[in-house]
Amino acid sequence: MNGAHDMGGMDGFGPVEIEKNEPLFHAEWERRAFAMTVAMGAHGHWNIDVSRFMRENRDPLGYLEDSYYERWLYGLEVLLERNDLVTRDEIAARMRALAEDGS
Amino acid sequence: MSQHDHSTPPSDTALRVKALESLLVEKGLVDPAALDVLIDTYENKVGPRNGAAVVARAWSDPAYKVRLMDDATAAIAEFGYTGRQGEHMVAVENTAQVHNMVVCTLCSCYPWTVLGLPPVWYKASPYRARVVKEPRAVLADFGVTLPEDVEMRVWDSTAEIRYLVLPRRPEGSEDLGEAELAALVTRDSMIGTGLALTPGAARAETEAAE
Repeated sequence: MNGAHDMGGMDGFGPVEIEKNEPLFHAEWERRAFAMTVAMGAHGHWNIDVSRFMRENRDPLGYLEDSYYERWLYGLEVLLERNDLVTRDEIAARMRALAEDGS
Repeated sequence: MSQHDHSTPPSDTALRVKALESLLVEKGLVDPAALDVLIDTYENKVGPRNGAAVVARAWSDPAYKVRLMDDATAAIAEFGYTGRQGEHMVAVENTAQVHNMVVCTLCSCYPWTVLGLPPVWYKASPYRARVVKEPRAVLADFGVTLPEDVEMRVWDSTAEIRYLVLPRRPEGSEDLGEAELAALVTRDSMIGTGLALTPGAARAETEAAE
């Protein structure tokens, strides 16, 4: 499948931006999104090819605008919904509940 | 973190991740302690020091180098470096004639067992797009210039096959043991976006860090 992810040879992205002494993660949520994705992968509901496909099978603009771990999060949410494990509605409801708790 | 603006503020993503974790925990699908172990593994245990040990041995032990070039997965497993995202390893050797660089144009495939998790630039669009088209210009972004007659080879990783570059052993390192050699092996030298440090450069870096 072609798509925004298939960017080998594409012009216009500018120079490589190298961060000196880069940390492995740039926010706590990146740690948790990484670990949840790896841990859920170990359940065997899907394999690496399926999870890659879910990250990439989307509108090109959304793919390009997302940061790396936002793409992981997007793919994980699609996989969870398709496997009847967690729905997007459940996530939205839990977000509202957590936001209210915190206010 | 990202070079793009987002339609949703970062706090929203953080909240979303928190909501998702609480649901997965509630449903018994993940254990928060297991997530902590995974994070600790990649932040503190698995990283480029693994790959540096492999390279240092290949420089020191000709028989090991033969095994590494012949079957990198098995040779790397001699160190106990096995598992996720390193199941099918291939080693490619830099020489005076050939310089190898590794990319994943489609995604972020990277040899986790020997290098840990990739840096942001490896996963970002400019490197993925450009290195297959203009490897020398990309090398220049990293401050590296090679003679014109050196052949550039760029390896595009897949979900299965992951590459480890065996950098050239630097001049002045002839008398060093494996541990000292490993200190010369940078992460970027094993991706091909850098060279191994000379002993003098390694000393200067250590002093600068102190």
